[in-house]
Amino acid sequence: MMKKDLVIIGGGPAGLAAAIAAKEAGVEDLLILERDSVLGGILNQCIHNGFGLHTFKEELTGPEYADRYIEKVKTLNIPYKLNTMVVDLAAENGLKKVTVMNRQEGLYETEAKAVVLAMGCRERPRGALNIPGYRPAGIYSAGTAQRYVNIDGRMPGKEVVILGSGDIGLIMARRMTLEGAKVKLVAELMPYSGGLKRNIVQCLDDFGIPLKLSHTVVDIKGKERVEGITIAQVDENAKPIPGTEEEVACDTLLLSCGLIPENELSDSLGVNMNPVTGGPLVNESLETNKEGVFACGNVLHVHDLVDYVSQEAEQAGKKAAAYLFGDLASTGKEIPLSVQNGVRYTVPASVNIDRMEDNQIVRFRVDNVYRDAVIEVSCNGKLLKNQKKRVLLPGEMEQIILNKSELEAIDNLEEINFNIKI
Amino acid sequence: MNNKEFVCIRCPLGCNVSVEMEGEEIKTITGNTCPRGADYVTKELTDPRRIITSLVKVQGGERPVVSVKTAADIPKDKIMDCVKELKQIEVSAPVHIGNVILRNVCDTGVDIVATANVELM
Repeated sequence: MMKKDLVIIGGGPAGLAAAIAAKEAGVEDLLILERDSVLGGILNQCIHNGFGLHTFKEELTGPEYADRYIEKVKTLNIPYKLNTMVVDLAAENGLKKVTVMNRQEGLYETEAKAVVLAMGCRERPRGALNIPGYRPAGIYSAGTAQRYVNIDGRMPGKEVVILGSGDIGLIMARRMTLEGAKVKLVAELMPYSGGLKRNIVQCLDDFGIPLKLSHTVVDIKGKERVEGITIAQVDENAKPIPGTEEEVACDTLLLSCGLIPENELSDSLGVNMNPVTGGPLVNESLETNKEGVFACGNVLHVHDLVDYVSQEAEQAGKKAAAYLFGDLASTGKEIPLSVQNGVRYTVPASVNIDRMEDNQIVRFRVDNVYRDAVIEVSCNGKLLKNQKKRVLLPGEMEQIILNKSELEAIDNLEEINFNIKI
Repeated sequence: MNNKEFVCIRCPLGCNVSVEMEGEEIKTITGNTCPRGADYVTKELTDPRRIITSLVKVQGGERPVVSVKTAADIPKDKIMDCVKELKQIEVSAPVHIGNVILRNVCDTGVDIVATANVELM
């Protein structure tokens, strides 16, 4: 059986950054497994700019950002396998069994001392949205359309309606417009957009594409090919309001209705999951409840910015290395991070002060739009710190840094709570 | 005095930037977290510009298209002319990141450069 110290599942931005960090921390015996024919993951089809401002202090496109990491992986001689799929993950006596498949080697098992989960996420499909109507050609998830256009050089249609205002939907509204299609509108079920504000400005406003908030698609017309759709306004319970229907002729419907972390492998390993994020519950080291199994990137929680994915994955890679070298402290206790009043979740979900670094980044999302609000962090019910915010949006991830010293100063620390005060 | 609100698009933080104007003159700029925000709204009020990303056809490559960008921002009203010009050209593989695909697109003085690698088939 093939044996490895560290196996990294996924060769997208998270997997690449985790591998580089682990190698730089001294892990020699590691391997990246990637199911696509190239490294770089989703970045390869994200040809728009805006990546890397935090990491490289310059504005790059997706493929350029990926290339920086791919070149580094090559320079560091980090081994990787392409067109290779991990089909099962199990743990036995502290070792992880990774079942791998590809065309050259068939199906085989690799034994790993540590694993980094970096499988990313996938798009919520039409089947999960309960849209009535026929099932004609011309309905794509926005990311699928992005791949057709940007990688294969093919246009999925000429007259487009987009359901969902997630970032991929907004980016595709601009992309399809630049490629000569007519994007009629973007409909969003919620009363606010799920995408970044800058994308509404530069992808919709710049091209005069209307964004219809509190609207959804209630019917799809056309038997062989989409001929049109019906949109309607929805009430506060997201139910369509009769009488508000509006027909829109189009040949293409793109769906940008959320991303779901791809955790089938985590499930088969028995990793404890957070029902809010759909990703694993992790501690300060981004380690799951399975010892030596770390998670980072969109498989952990869906990010808006790849820069933060890289940062998080670097942490996972470093901690995986520390685990392999026996440098992760086994003392201390896990302090849970709890959430209330508008904070939906935190990553990590717990911290062990003995194991945490001087500055621990805690990332989270809010459940609604809040203006002039304060994010409060309390320990054992007493306010530790707060941060004022002009606006908090569900579509934008927030972060707060916990200092080791300020937590060490608290007697009998039992709980760290995150909440929003309006 | 009149106020204008902007969302800065220079980075994904998307700061809400407020501008106080007196006639054509910018009095104060607030809400930006970095100097890029002030620069953005000033330009947006006088000479709005965008970086454009698109595709160019590739002959003999492992992929039929290569992604490209304008090496600097170009005037907003030249966006559609710029992508139309890109539709007319075709390059031969191999193409590498940073290769100049087209010089001085639409007389803007800005070059079009490749943002991905497309090797020979």
